[in-house]
Amino acid sequence: MNSIAIQVAPAEPASVPVEGANVPAKMSLHDLSFYYGETRALHDVTLSFAARRVTALIGPSGCGKSTLLRVLNRIYELYPNQRAEGQVLLDGVSVLRPEQDLHLLRAKVGMVFQKPTPFPMSIYENIAFGVRLYERVSRSQMDQIVELSLTRAALWGEVKDRLHASALGLSGGQQQRLCIARTIAVKPEVILLDEPTAALDPISTAKIEDLIDELKQDFTIVIVTHNMQQAARAADITAFFYLGNMVEAGPTNMMFTNPKDRRTLDYITGRFG
Amino acid sequence: MSHYSKRLLKNRIWLGLSVGAAMFGLAWLVLILAALVGKGLAGLSLDVFTEMTPPPGSDGGLLNAIAGSLIMTVLGVIFGTPIGILAGTYMAEYGRYDRITAYVRFINDILLSAPSIIIGLFIYEIMVVPMGHFSGLAGAVALAVIVVPVVVRTTEDMLLFVPGKLREAATALGAPRWFMISRVAYRAARAGIITGILLAIARISGETAPLLFTALNNQFWSTNLNAPMPSLPAVIYQFALSPYADWQRLAWTGALIITFTVLTLSVVARVLTAKRSHE
Repeated sequence: MNSIAIQVAPAEPASVPVEGANVPAKMSLHDLSFYYGETRALHDVTLSFAARRVTALIGPSGCGKSTLLRVLNRIYELYPNQRAEGQVLLDGVSVLRPEQDLHLLRAKVGMVFQKPTPFPMSIYENIAFGVRLYERVSRSQMDQIVELSLTRAALWGEVKDRLHASALGLSGGQQQRLCIARTIAVKPEVILLDEPTAALDPISTAKIEDLIDELKQDFTIVIVTHNMQQAARAADITAFFYLGNMVEAGPTNMMFTNPKDRRTLDYITGRFG
Repeated sequence: MSHYSKRLLKNRIWLGLSVGAAMFGLAWLVLILAALVGKGLAGLSLDVFTEMTPPPGSDGGLLNAIAGSLIMTVLGVIFGTPIGILAGTYMAEYGRYDRITAYVRFINDILLSAPSIIIGLFIYEIMVVPMGHFSGLAGAVALAVIVVPVVVRTTEDMLLFVPGKLREAATALGAPRWFMISRVAYRAARAGIITGILLAIARISGETAPLLFTALNNQFWSTNLNAPMPSLPAVIYQFALSPYADWQRLAWTGALIITFTVLTLSVVARVLTAKRSHE
């Protein structure tokens, strides 16, 4: 069934309207549904993620936005009785096909979680961990990769004198930037951010948002957020989810000033959720 | 009597009963330790660690028994720990949601509380009888059978403590499962797993019953794994039941040595566990 589905999938990635331009899609979903056992958490979602842009997924708790994120790198397969149906394309190629190499998929589609997840090892080793999965590099090359990744994650200045200290000693905001550094060290093409600032204070949140703005020059970013100001500030495109359905998606300023759907308007004006 | 003072009285009664029960339990422990230290210290000298177990009426020590105990304990841990860690890893990581894990956990719990004399009898049947004689090797295998369920249990428990998000984070970087387990999950659970091994060592270093059926005992120095091997618990058992005062004194000293070894291991295990919870 899957092979047939691949043939009917669009050969050319669709493009996504963003303010002022049509941007080619890096990833796209076609009639994506997701099940936790018998419970259907996503209903036929069709959506595209514009290359080198930030797409925000918003909606009340339980609307399926985090579930959707977990389909994109197939991390849900760690657990039994969870399955996805439909199409997920990365550069026009299906990632849900059984023969997809999961490690390569996750190398291309990185993920950062809500709570910082530093590994119980040194700051340096946290970065080197992912790099060593894909490349054999010399000590000096690794030093460079670590410095570059930490610099790009705006953390280098704060940790350069204690690279070999435990990552568990960093503050929450620093830990989250370390997790972003660890993700970009693997050189992904897409970065998934699952409420990356929900556990952080306002200053750390601002730093992460600045960072997202920097990173979209090189990466396609999909961010799940509960914080609508954050979506408005950080995202080029916003998609609104409600009860497992994607209600509407469009350029962020359109979504926040002139949504087409009544439910979107109710949500962004705080009438529910 | 007002409602408040009634409540106060109730509180005092319950507090008194709880403290009393705790004291009752502790008192026996203190009495045992006091008797052990009192009688054991009297026989403690350098000779204990340098001389072999003597015939009645002459001077001697416990060197052969201590060496035999060390050999069999170390071998028991070497045989049992890898099996226990691998089984615990399967249960917590690979087969966490499988039905077989629930069965294995149930059987493991039974094994954990099985009387050790049954394990001794079992090894007697499958090793001592076919081989035709008691041996240090059979003793070590019997101890390994006791080590396995302890290590399985602690390894599984400690790996279950590792947050799922940490596994997801390693997996999201593209790490294969074995790499995620060996580099992240084990590292996060390391102190707990080591604690489990220490507790297993503490458990087997005092075991007597399984050794009586397997390693038997030996009055002489022996490092031959294919022959009966002495051990501290077996020597204590033999000497304590004897009518000779000098043997009885050595039995007390041996008991003191085992107790302090176990105590030290437990304290180290506690310190490691406390460290883990601070991280």
